[in-house]
Amino acid sequence: MKRAFSILSFVTAVLLVYGLYQALIAAPTERTMGDVQRIFYYHVPSAWTAFCLFFTNLFASIAYLIWKNAKADALAVASAEVGIVFCTIVLITGPIWARPVWGIWWTWDIRLTTTLVLWLIYVAYLMLRRFSDTAQTPVLAAVLAIFGALDVPLVYFSIWFFRTQHPQPVMGKGGSLAPAMLHAFLINLLAFTCFGIMVCWSRYRLEMLRREVEAAHAMESLVGAETSAKASLPLSRSVR
Amino acid sequence: MNGIKFLFAAYIATWAIHGGYLLHLVRGFKRLRGELKEVGKAKQQ
Repeated sequence: MKRAFSILSFVTAVLLVYGLYQALIAAPTERTMGDVQRIFYYHVPSAWTAFCLFFTNLFASIAYLIWKNAKADALAVASAEVGIVFCTIVLITGPIWARPVWGIWWTWDIRLTTTLVLWLIYVAYLMLRRFSDTAQTPVLAAVLAIFGALDVPLVYFSIWFFRTQHPQPVMGKGGSLAPAMLHAFLINLLAFTCFGIMVCWSRYRLEMLRREVEAAHAMESLVGAETSAKASLPLSRSVR
Repeated sequence: MNGIKFLFAAYIATWAIHGGYLLHLVRGFKRLRGELKEVGKAKQQ
């Protein structure tokens, strides 16, 4: 497992460096938007990775509800948290692109608003996980995750079904990219997907370690309580 | 349209967020491994 993680880390690092080179230097400058269009090579792969992670969260939550598997629950936490990180990048790079192109940082457009709602849903999910400490918390969180995931297709298809300011898809549905731009885009898509898997894997390991430490602390306090109960037993007898 | 400063702002923001998050994970690992070691030591005593 450690070897697989090292290989993935190496491949990811190479892809990210190559992707950065493709995005900043190799890809041609877009005619109307100029250099600011290059934000697209980070913005769209970040959104794609966030969606993949939210879907991972959905499947892990369903698996937890069916089998009550602790590993599935840990994967759900990990994917939600890393998904929020990527979604935050989408919500930051989008307005940075919009300012010079649209002349405004933000507009309550359907794509932008649904993305913000998606981010808020998963922030609420993490808040629930952090501040609620009952046995029912993982079940409640899993149910919230299922409802949260319903927003993902809404975000994706919003630009197809509603009139919006957001650019239309560049692949499929009549969209097209110059071959050099497509190459830069696909490399970054692959690089960000690998990076997302790598970070989610690390977060999953951290979550499992956290649970191990919690269990060790619980065991320690149980042993401590047992020892003190044994020690106080002769004393209580002598008091009698 | 001179968007170079916006381009760099977007890329820097992306890597600052990822860097910050990775640092947070590394610190989490360090803290938990230390705690686990301490619990193990206490058990041995």
